[in-house]
Amino acid sequence: MPTRIFGEPIKRAEDPRLLTGRGRYTDDIDLPGQLHVAFLRSPLAHARIRSIDVSAAREMPGVVTVWTYADIGPCQRRMPLLIPHPDLTHPYTRYALAKDEVNHVGEPVAMVIAESRYLAEDAVEAIVVEWEELPPVVDIERAVQPGAPLVHEELGTNVAAHYVGIVGDPEGAFSRAAHVFRERLIIERSAGMPIETRAIVAVWNDVEGVLEVWDTTQAPIVIRNALAALFGLAPTQVRVIAPDVGGGFGCKIMVYPEEVLVPYAALTLRRPIKWTEDRLEHFVGTNHERLQIHDAEIAVDAEGRILGIRDRFLHDAGAYTPYGIIVPIITACQLPGPYKVPNYHVEFRAVYSNTVPVSPYRGAGRPHAAFVMERLLDRVADELGLDRAEVRRRNFIQPHEFPYDVGLIFQDGAPTRYDSGNYPGMLDLLLQQMDYDRLVREELPRLRAEGRFVGVGIACYVEGTGIGPYEGATVRVEPTGQVYVATGMPQQGQAHKTVLAQIVAEELQVPVGSVQVFEGDTAHFQFGSGTYASRSAVVCGSAVALAARKVREQGLQLAAEELEVAVEDLVVEDGRVYVRGAPERGFTWAQLAQLANPLRYAYAGDLVVRPRPWTGPTLPPGKQPSLEATEYYSPPHATWASGAVGMLVEVDIETGQLHIRKLWVVHDCGKMINPMVVEGQVHGGIAQGIGGAFYEKLHYDDNGQLLNASFMDFLMPTAMEIPRMEIAHQETPSPLNPLGVKGVGEAGAIPMPAVVAAAVEDALRPFGVRITRMPLDPDQLWRMTHPESS
Amino acid sequence: MKPPRFRYYAPHSLEEALAVLAEMADEAKPLAGGQSLIPMLNMRLARPSLLIDLNGLHELSGIELDNGALVVRAMTRHRAVERSPLVAEHTPLLAEAIRWVGHLPIRTRGTVGGSVAHADPAAELPGVLMALDGTVQLTSRRGQRLVPAEDFFIDLLTTAAEPDELVTEVRFPSLPSRTGTAWLEVARRHGDYALVGVGAVVSLAEDFTTVTEARLSFIGVGGRPVRARLAEAALRGQPVAAETWRAAAATVRGEIDPAGDIHASAEYRRYVAGVLAERALALAAERAREGARQ
Amino acid sequence: MTAVGTERRVIRVVVNGVPYEREVEARLLLSDFLRHELGLTGTHVGCEHGVCGACTVLFDGEPVRSCLFLAVQADGHAIETVEGLAPSESELHPLQLAFWEKHGLQCGYCTPGMLMVLKAFLAEHPNPTEEEIREAISGNLCRCTGYQNIVEAALSAAQLMRQS
Repeated sequence: MPTRIFGEPIKRAEDPRLLTGRGRYTDDIDLPGQLHVAFLRSPLAHARIRSIDVSAAREMPGVVTVWTYADIGPCQRRMPLLIPHPDLTHPYTRYALAKDEVNHVGEPVAMVIAESRYLAEDAVEAIVVEWEELPPVVDIERAVQPGAPLVHEELGTNVAAHYVGIVGDPEGAFSRAAHVFRERLIIERSAGMPIETRAIVAVWNDVEGVLEVWDTTQAPIVIRNALAALFGLAPTQVRVIAPDVGGGFGCKIMVYPEEVLVPYAALTLRRPIKWTEDRLEHFVGTNHERLQIHDAEIAVDAEGRILGIRDRFLHDAGAYTPYGIIVPIITACQLPGPYKVPNYHVEFRAVYSNTVPVSPYRGAGRPHAAFVMERLLDRVADELGLDRAEVRRRNFIQPHEFPYDVGLIFQDGAPTRYDSGNYPGMLDLLLQQMDYDRLVREELPRLRAEGRFVGVGIACYVEGTGIGPYEGATVRVEPTGQVYVATGMPQQGQAHKTVLAQIVAEELQVPVGSVQVFEGDTAHFQFGSGTYASRSAVVCGSAVALAARKVREQGLQLAAEELEVAVEDLVVEDGRVYVRGAPERGFTWAQLAQLANPLRYAYAGDLVVRPRPWTGPTLPPGKQPSLEATEYYSPPHATWASGAVGMLVEVDIETGQLHIRKLWVVHDCGKMINPMVVEGQVHGGIAQGIGGAFYEKLHYDDNGQLLNASFMDFLMPTAMEIPRMEIAHQETPSPLNPLGVKGVGEAGAIPMPAVVAAAVEDALRPFGVRITRMPLDPDQLWRMTHPESS
Repeated sequence: MKPPRFRYYAPHSLEEALAVLAEMADEAKPLAGGQSLIPMLNMRLARPSLLIDLNGLHELSGIELDNGALVVRAMTRHRAVERSPLVAEHTPLLAEAIRWVGHLPIRTRGTVGGSVAHADPAAELPGVLMALDGTVQLTSRRGQRLVPAEDFFIDLLTTAAEPDELVTEVRFPSLPSRTGTAWLEVARRHGDYALVGVGAVVSLAEDFTTVTEARLSFIGVGGRPVRARLAEAALRGQPVAAETWRAAAATVRGEIDPAGDIHASAEYRRYVAGVLAERALALAAERAREGARQ
Repeated sequence: MTAVGTERRVIRVVVNGVPYEREVEARLLLSDFLRHELGLTGTHVGCEHGVCGACTVLFDGEPVRSCLFLAVQADGHAIETVEGLAPSESELHPLQLAFWEKHGLQCGYCTPGMLMVLKAFLAEHPNPTEEEIREAISGNLCRCTGYQNIVEAALSAAQLMRQS
């Protein structure tokens, strides 16, 4: 019997290094002769630069040089627009160092290069800038009013993009609806906030003639390509490595100013250069996400079946649009969730403001979408006197209705087409896990009779995962028996080295420990885009599987030739390829790799090389001297994962404190490669989602100053705030890819604002409040329950 | 986020420390546990030219009873207070409140004197000191003085200590018998500075049905820890009853004047101060009864 | 009085049992000293204002934030970092074993701080409840795991350590 490796909760290959302090994160790299960078960043949200005087800073102890826009050569061009979109009619990207205007607090203005970070920070303080203040644009609702001050004067508008998506006949649906309900729903600004900030180390390797860059990026190939183009180097002359990366959550995928400036300094000064973002810089220098203001309405028939949805929303783009309008597009496409919405009108404006730019953060527009949809359904249930679970059940897309077309074009340019799912099954599993009927009929009334404000919420969601364009992988069996795997995707904690090894080990039936995965280093793999959008397992995993299958075929073919049997008579088991029923007739994978390579000189291997009669070239045309394959996988479109969560909360109405008493999760990411890793992903997403529901909000004041740019005041939950989670799995394989897998990276984060809102609203029913804004906080809960006091 | 340049001096005795402080008070900053000062250095919000590190001064460390009062010397770490049986027995309010200070690795390093001298209005120790009518011992080359907590805490991060004076110990007077205490607070996350916190002290008459004296000390509701004097006065002689505590809450709300910030509004803090007062008074009274029973 | 104190100082510290002598700037943070002077990069830096806990090390056996600690203050003291946790090259500490077994880490960035604070905590509380563990690690932020598997790992490590 083949050994099952795919699907097993195998311990991670990454861990022994990371547990013993032998991880290698970017800031851990110190090179001889290394210089350090600190940036002067704009203290103002919107201003013109009248003058910059760096002369005193240049004279400071230990300072090598100080650069402004004038000094940065090829980096003077505008930063790239990474993802254009036809509706992004007014894109705008920044200069690596501000040229004549700054558009948010934190924008890099000057760059000090010194012998230490301490000295560099000293010199930053000696730079003198004369500013001409411009009116800051912070409130996006005001920003779209006529006559509002403009973030970018030359665009003539603060609206970067106006998108309209229409499915069916929304107007007709609303005109014949039994009921129409409207909500204004807001999700506030937040950020991914990995515990490791960004960092870059760059050095010109004069021996090899290669620019070497270690970068905390989620997309080293993208950075490599950008640097080669910018500096006129061949791509092979630039090597970008994302070593161990301490969390990403979306904000580490970008081409940030520092990512071109630090390598440029290494090229120019011919010294190793390091920049490590500090936490204060991170708050104002690394992209944010989340703020959207929705005006949504739902039309239903008398039984609560959805006839149509209309949603118009404003999306805060921040000061620039380097990542296009991916986030609001995802919101628009995913808003219908697991429900049939036959008629749908969605429209958004992406609006500039003098704040940190917005790009995806775990969830990437989906928590907003789920919040809107689930809030609308809760409203329908409450207004029609239906159970909230029942309303969902009535509107689910049914298992036989796949593939199901939502009718809009998704973020990747492909149709928003759900490939598979079992939403009723998912909800049933959740309700069973919650013991929903007993909870609602017995436990809640009992607790409420004790005077407790307890409530239950549920929320369902889908997630389009595993988008293209493609990823690739090389798999090679080494003559020493190890299996080499290389991909272009780096990880930030998602266990690629383990799960990709499991895929290969399953195909070749070798011990998982013999598979070594190399990732995130452009010297190992040159093509691909990076780690984002819950796509690693799907896109990269499939490429790895295809390559491993090809190698398996090569091994079988070779063994068949050597043993003079048919391929069909061979089995692959226990790390060997052998004749069915005659295990002694066969080879280990190492032996096959040796056989494949007709070397003149025998070398370390366990195979006795037989002299062969001459038959022509030793390596005939079409043959390769290795068991090796490089394959690419490009999905036709996204594969759609789904999930449902349930929550029991208690509110202390006298202090506004929220206590999550129970949290149940069902998720469906198709076939699981490693359930332990899947659960870890779900746990982490949920914790971030809870952060976004009750703790984390970036507070800008009217001047565009970020008021809580520290871990003292930006409140990421601790172990005391995150409850125990009970997780159940449903596995609905994807028909789209060779593994049947779907992504899970963002899953947990998506439904949390929706479910917290639902549960809190239920707990506060005696007060008749509606939860329409996330995150909540104690003050808001107290106001809702004490209208007379506030 | 690297500290600006400064000179560093580690005196071997209190006398040395005071001598240097007397000379250089304007530009020097004493370094106790550093859990508030070093973040300010890292953010370059504090720029002393000289740091006087008190951490080597073992004479400033220790907990003992003196004439019935609990004396905690300035460089005693929060963890030492947390672990001290003497504190638990003699000053349970301090033992209860200290667990709310930051987190374990903060309490390992943070000191009682440092916290009192820093005078953050949302910090627990100043609130406890106020609740217990404690005193702060200030020492300089000029001599030593004892300042009541009420006079010591002036405003946000501002105390009665002169630049050449060091906080060398704090004293928590003993409480009468049939007295219970309680510390309650509401914070956004566990370990955060309190949105509102309260220390309650309730003394009961011999029959346990009447309040003879009560104190309420709040943190997070002003520029300094705040005693609710009106509520305290009104509580005297009142019966031990839920209505009494509720009435006290109302009085509290009338007499305090908190400010709002991004974490909570002034109105919220005012209301919750009342809620916590009500709960803490009830708990303290209950403990007064239980303590007498044991 | 002439200038008191110095901007540089020679310090002697013992880190993971190894004595070091270095001349350092007075303002050098202990976190930077460990990482960039001694090359002990297992101790991570996440916020430099004492909230995230990634830089937690043991100072004379007690957990402290190395970002809120000057290197000069460590003069004459003993520091323990994650590099000193495993008993040998080939063995892991029970905490490390349990974190591996229970998937108590993802990106690994907060992990050294978690391990160090738990080492000190479990030494004092060999049989903790889940709630006590949660409180003990509440000064250490993790953005990946949602803490559940860290708590599981700590409970499991406590059990392993009680058995041995």
